[in-house]
Amino acid sequence: MAIYINNDSRVLVQGITGSEGTKHTNRMLESGTNIVAGVTPGKGGQTVEAENGTSIPVFNSVSEAVEATQANVSVIFVPPAFTKGAVIEAVDAGVPLAVVITEGVPVHDTAEFFTYAERSGTTRIIGPNCPGLISPGQSNVGIIPASISGPGRIGLVSKSGTLTYQMMFELRDIGFTTAVGIGGDPIIGTTHIDCLQAFQDDPDTDAIVMIGEIGGDAEERAAAYIGENITKPVVGYVAGFTAPEGKTMGHAGAIVSGSSGTAQAKKEALEAVGVKVGKTPSETAALMREVINSL
Amino acid sequence: MDLYEYQAKDLFAKHGVPTQSGTVVHHHDDAHGAASDIDNMVVVKAQVKVGGRGKAGGVKLAKTPEEAVEHAQNILGLDIKGHTVKKILITEASDIEEEYYVSFLLDRSNRNFLAMASVEGGMDIEEVAATKPEALAKVAIDPIDGVDLAKAQEIVAAANFPADVADKVADVLVTLWQTFVNEDATLVEVNPLVKDPAGNILALDGKVTLDDNASFRHKDHEALVDIEAEDPLELKAKEKGLNYVKLDGSVGIIGNGAGLVMSTLDVVAYAGEKHGDVKPANFLDIGGGASAQVMADGLDVILGDEQVKSVFVNVFGGITACDAVANGIVQALNLLADSGTPVTKPLVVRLDGNNAAEGRAILKEAGLEIVELVDTMDGAADRAAELANA
Repeated sequence: MAIYINNDSRVLVQGITGSEGTKHTNRMLESGTNIVAGVTPGKGGQTVEAENGTSIPVFNSVSEAVEATQANVSVIFVPPAFTKGAVIEAVDAGVPLAVVITEGVPVHDTAEFFTYAERSGTTRIIGPNCPGLISPGQSNVGIIPASISGPGRIGLVSKSGTLTYQMMFELRDIGFTTAVGIGGDPIIGTTHIDCLQAFQDDPDTDAIVMIGEIGGDAEERAAAYIGENITKPVVGYVAGFTAPEGKTMGHAGAIVSGSSGTAQAKKEALEAVGVKVGKTPSETAALMREVINSL
Repeated sequence: MDLYEYQAKDLFAKHGVPTQSGTVVHHHDDAHGAASDIDNMVVVKAQVKVGGRGKAGGVKLAKTPEEAVEHAQNILGLDIKGHTVKKILITEASDIEEEYYVSFLLDRSNRNFLAMASVEGGMDIEEVAATKPEALAKVAIDPIDGVDLAKAQEIVAAANFPADVADKVADVLVTLWQTFVNEDATLVEVNPLVKDPAGNILALDGKVTLDDNASFRHKDHEALVDIEAEDPLELKAKEKGLNYVKLDGSVGIIGNGAGLVMSTLDVVAYAGEKHGDVKPANFLDIGGGASAQVMADGLDVILGDEQVKSVFVNVFGGITACDAVANGIVQALNLLADSGTPVTKPLVVRLDGNNAAEGRAILKEAGLEIVELVDTMDGAADRAAELANA
């Protein structure tokens, strides 16, 4: 088992003929992902010939692609100006999971397509501005390098892409059920809490690493949720202790405003519910190793 | 991007929010003319992107143009919470009968928008929220439905605005919402929104934050950037498309990925505790690419900071392979040497992930004296801190 994606995931790529779309389609195929379709408006009827010899049909719309291929995951690589339209199309086609990799989406657009998806009740959104997710050995949707770690017992949820890679690398001997990069934007479709609950419900996940960063109060809310609902061990890490107030640190959502959104407050909230929080990524990995060894 | 009060008011006016115009001056001599143009008492207001201007002496009433010049002289150059006043707004003084508060903002937690309104405006709204939460109405706004007159009336009712101003405030809320949506703002705030003796409603002060991600569809927002007020290194980095934030320490940082770079700053700060309390000098995320040119641009910006004594290059090879990064470092150092600005400060490099062994081999073979390879992030941070303290 795993969360959100597995061997049954049939992936379509929105923006497949763009340079990023094509590059990552090849990477996803290489790591065993079942990519069944691509969508680029105006290029329907063409095919994308992947490096591994697979020929992927391109459709004009998501609904056509879904009808023809029964795709059940969409990964979105379209530019920011077109992202809202692309997500709404995926929602209208009833795709259960839409993974939005695009960075730089205006937050008004995200608020709108997230609300649209919520109303439809059919589509979970992951991202935007995220690396996607991987269930090693089963499916890889997005840009996480499949070579870092194989399958195992840990579930990982992180706002940051490279910290996801770093943590997977440190714990590659234990391995992961699923690692989810939820993204660093102020509004994201899938939160730490969603992933924590999904890992709690996944019989193959024995322990969870949760990586947060400054900005907002998602980590504090996740801490409260852990206290109430999560019985599996959780180890945490928070980045941005040295970030100055009022400066955006790379991710659009990573900003300390006044006294809110600080790393210290997040760490304290997590520790208050018994989550062990590492000072550095490697210390966090060491804490997880202890947890796994004690199970 | 946060805007100055006068810029916020320009946007308000553009979308029909009632406000007063004024004149921005950079020198106190110009205050005389600006004040003379207004046939009334004027207010001289410091333009800084921080609250608490009034308490700091940055807002003064003037009865005559001469008095306006005097205030301008005192206010220009004033330090308000670390912000030096470089311009002032001269605007007509209003008779204030009542002060209110209204705003629209992004609500990250609920993943929608929020309207806030209070009949107790004029003071710090965070204080109102803390001490008298019942006086601050909060109404969730659906991002698809937005704010029409009915929604605006709901906000007005929730905040208990008096009947004689209710309709006018509702109209203001609709236009303020237009500002929020059409300018892609994450915050529009009016504090105070005032009622004058004639019963007119007016936005006397304004705060607007614009979403930088939306700048592609607002070409006019570029003109709102205050180049003078930007840190020169941050400006240089922005021109080169680098994500750089200047800090106060002496260990320069280059890394890939926002989360990893934030984490690197923390790890360096911890390591610094053992080495004379040295701190990170900057945030710099070179993203996934890490080509020679990007690496050279990054080093160029970082070494332009005279406080920097050592540089920590922390790269996890994900999509980018470490051998490409290593080649990028070698070529970047050559590029900088060729351009007459050879790097003389020590570079501590940590490469992990995709093709890390190959990358390390490339750096070893290059035999660069200033480059030192360390295997782990913690170890490399420690060494970079040690070198900065030498």
